[in-house]
Amino acid sequence: MDVIEKQLYASPRNNRYLLTVTAIIAILFNWSISAINLQNVEESGLLIASNIMKGILNPDLNLLFNFTSQGVMYLLVETIAIAFLGTIIGSILAIPLAFLSASNVVPGPVASITRFLLIVIRTVPALVYGLMFIRVTGPGPFAGVLTIALISIGMLAKLFVDAIEDLDTSILESMTSIGCTTFEKVRYGILPQLFSMFLSIMIYRFDMNLREAAVLGLVGAGGIGAPLIFAMNAYRWTEVGSILIGLVVLILIVELFSNRIRTKLVRG
Amino acid sequence: MYDKIFPPTKLSLPNGKIVHEKKSRTPVILILIIVASFFSIKFTDFDLSMLIKRWREFFVIVGQMIPPKWEYLPHIWQPLLDTIKMSLLGSILGSAAAIPTAYLAASNIINSKWIAFVTKVFLSMLRTMPTLVSALIATFIFGLGTLAGTVAIFLFTLAYVGKLLYEQIENADMGSFEAMESLGMTRMQAFRYAIFPQILPNYLSTSLFCFEGNVRYAAILGYVGAGGIGLLLNEGLGWRDYASVGMILLMLVITVFLIETVSEHFRKKLI
Repeated sequence: MDVIEKQLYASPRNNRYLLTVTAIIAILFNWSISAINLQNVEESGLLIASNIMKGILNPDLNLLFNFTSQGVMYLLVETIAIAFLGTIIGSILAIPLAFLSASNVVPGPVASITRFLLIVIRTVPALVYGLMFIRVTGPGPFAGVLTIALISIGMLAKLFVDAIEDLDTSILESMTSIGCTTFEKVRYGILPQLFSMFLSIMIYRFDMNLREAAVLGLVGAGGIGAPLIFAMNAYRWTEVGSILIGLVVLILIVELFSNRIRTKLVRG
Repeated sequence: MYDKIFPPTKLSLPNGKIVHEKKSRTPVILILIIVASFFSIKFTDFDLSMLIKRWREFFVIVGQMIPPKWEYLPHIWQPLLDTIKMSLLGSILGSAAAIPTAYLAASNIINSKWIAFVTKVFLSMLRTMPTLVSALIATFIFGLGTLAGTVAIFLFTLAYVGKLLYEQIENADMGSFEAMESLGMTRMQAFRYAIFPQILPNYLSTSLFCFEGNVRYAAILGYVGAGGIGLLLNEGLGWRDYASVGMILLMLVITVFLIETVSEHFRKKLI
């Protein structure tokens, strides 16, 4: 056995650990296969799949480029509006919660209670909130705005806290050393740093909210979801195709722009 | 562009040098945000007075959820387990399928630019589709039930893990890959022994993270008939049986919390 081989065999081995983890995953995998039952699969499935493909390939162009309140364009703008306003309201609500959940600002118990509250808010599915808000405002995009605002609070608050904790304190120290007042420190030392970070976080969340807003229509909270599900239940595949194309293109464009703007913001 | 419209102010320093201070962009951004908010308020019929008048209605439902109906618990177990099974199976299959897809999408491994480009476009199209929408389509193709939900979660996992994985492959250290190729290994072998060990911990951690999220998504998939606990949720909400809904939500919160804790433990161990 030469030196190289010795070195090779000297590396730490944790085969037993790896084997256990693999076995657990294999068992879980086998257990979960029982979730699949092929009884419900009908012959018509293939036909529907080909119909969907046909619908996506020949979309209803009249609907796609229709600018009245029934057309895809209007619905997409409405979806954007819901996501945008929801993000703005969510961020306004998230700022105080961010401070309340930062353990270096408020006493420990308050921070952990706020954090637990945020976890609970985050776990309840958006559709449930949608239905609850419809009771408040009636069906329509307003309920969607409130739902989006509520579900984005949790993540926004968490990311805001991280941004606040990552503040570059050396700038504040140097400002103190040249004799700035507290107001000047906040205005020229803290706000410029936080503004771009917060903006970047909000754009990121807006990107996610757009997808959520597209789905919320399923419960009647405005946006493009409702026409989509109606068109599907009526088997109008060309309409489904045009709505899906509009949605996918919109999300891709927004994602592209949000990535560009965010890299610019982060690099300064 | 921006600096041409609003020329930077010139400041002359005491030593005679002239420096340019660029105009701040903050006011323009703020004005844009305010204008966009204004139009969004128009579009969505935002009405603060209605909110102030009727916000209590929201808490009426919350009030009916508490206390949750404990007798409903035995009905929940089966769908809850179905939900976990769906997300587990979808996540395992999806992350397994993500490896070959990411291999095809990585432009530093695959020679043909076209294959890489087409795979990348395919992945991003898949990713833009909201899970609920793909579940809806899957229920039409595979019939109502957990299979449709599993397919939807599989597609989302494939797209999400696949994207992060090909980015990691493209950023991986190519030195050992080239060395192995020069020794006469095929591309596949070199990938297996040079790139794969580099990306493995990150890949596992991404898959676990995706699984966490999938449990949350799977919970609502039943709403469109794709099986799992969403079915009960839909029923309870439809019958306005809010105490049962409260029980379902409580169980959901506990499950998600437990899964997140376990997966976070393993993710921390991996990195």
